[in-house]
Amino acid sequence: MFQYDERKLKDQLLELIRLAATDLPKDVVESIQAAHTDEPEGSAAKSVFGMILKNIELARAESTPICQDTGTNIYLVYIPEGVGMRKLTSLIKEATAEAVDKSYLRPNAVDSLTGKNSGNNIGEGQPFIHFEEWDNDFIEFKLMLKGGGCENVSTQYKLPDVGLGAGRDLDGVYKVIVDAVNQAQGLGCAPGILGIGIGGDRAASHLGAKTQLFRKMTDTNSNPDLAVLETKLKGDLNKLGVGPMGFGGNTTVMGVKMGSMHRLPASFFVSISYMCWAYRRHSMTLNIKGEVSYD
Amino acid sequence: MIKLQLPISEAAIRELKMGDEVLISGLMVTARDAAHKYIHENWPDWLKPIMENSMIYHCGPVVKKHEDGSWSFVAAGPTTSIREEPYEAAVMEYYKVRAVIGKGGMGEKTLAGLAKSGGVYLHAIGGLAASLAKSVVKVKDVYMLEELGVPEAFWHIEVKEFPAVVTMDSHGGSLHKSIKAHSDEVAKKLIFG
Ligand code: SF4
Repeated sequence: MFQYDERKLKDQLLELIRLAATDLPKDVVESIQAAHTDEPEGSAAKSVFGMILKNIELARAESTPICQDTGTNIYLVYIPEGVGMRKLTSLIKEATAEAVDKSYLRPNAVDSLTGKNSGNNIGEGQPFIHFEEWDNDFIEFKLMLKGGGCENVSTQYKLPDVGLGAGRDLDGVYKVIVDAVNQAQGLGCAPGILGIGIGGDRAASHLGAKTQLFRKMTDTNSNPDLAVLETKLKGDLNKLGVGPMGFGGNTTVMGVKMGSMHRLPASFFVSISYMCWAYRRHSMTLNIKGEVSYD
Repeated sequence: MIKLQLPISEAAIRELKMGDEVLISGLMVTARDAAHKYIHENWPDWLKPIMENSMIYHCGPVVKKHEDGSWSFVAAGPTTSIREEPYEAAVMEYYKVRAVIGKGGMGEKTLAGLAKSGGVYLHAIGGLAASLAKSVVKVKDVYMLEELGVPEAFWHIEVKEFPAVVTMDSHGGSLHKSIKAHSDEVAKKLIFG
């Protein structure tokens, strides 16, 4: 039976939140550095990437949020058999409220009916927590902070799409993704990273797209067809010339991550989860001895 | 880099052109969704001295309250501006606001308003919260904090060398439109061959 010290875990979760909000992962920083190198001297794009890199340094050094929109806090939690979900949920919520007190997070949960902000970033469906049971004998918490600007340009298509000439195949998937990124322009704080969910019902498709965003920038898709398409899309989307913030430039997306799932014969959804450059995600594992490690 | 000091005259604003990089110093006020809705329903007089020949910043900050009751900005990046499209041209004209600062640009109604009342749209860098918070050197006051909450309240702030790019000017120029026209062409080729 997996057991843990609740008080300790709450503090360890708080540290996970602090890391997510203030420290951009290494693979993401390297992608931004590459984008910076790739822009010509004296261009607006170059100076924007330069400012972004300075900001990342500053946030890390001072332990303050990289972006003021600390977003929807999305947790994927993997648990061994028998670990209670309700207790973990309440510990995550407790750590969340404390993170607001410490200004790692902004109070970001607004009652949709009354417009009132809950003040502690907690509410119906906030934070968003998805649990899965697994065979390992440790718990893993994956956390991503996804801001409103990029969530608002995320979208879902239904194939076939007659207007785009997009059929129910990978070529159709390609076409709707090009359209989505062109529509998004700089609005999602470009350059973006795309999580793509192919298939499923509407809800599963969106969740599948978001789940893709937990992959590392540098990994390769285990499905060879999707691996080829990811590379092709990244190259082609960068021809759009939208650039950082939509000021124009060579990097419009830094990565494309795709996954597929089964669907009904009658529906074919493609979901595009657009993540901004402030691609904040970290994870934490907790072993049976109560030791944690962060990534 | 062009240095702008607030308050600023209509004539000085009309000299700015799309693509200019600027550094702003002086007093301005934050306002986002709930604040714009509130203005549009009430047109309060108390905003006049705060807004005239100044700028509105579309920002929902992370703030810190100090023991002496004063505030500071911990994170202060821009938020998406297009949500204020229904209100902004009227607000800028009524209060003689010389610029709005935000991200993503705004629509035709605002572009026409900028030409009419003498204003520009300044694009800040989204997500530069930590750095931009440093440019907010003082929180002078906050209005309607209780009613609107921290991100939505009117924060009257003093900034120093706050960086932004003019993406919409008072002569009908819009960088957003020209970038979109180019990417539309490319997308068409990629999609339809
Ligand atoms: S889209 Fe991302 S970088 Fe831009 S304001 Fe939102 S959270 Fe910040």
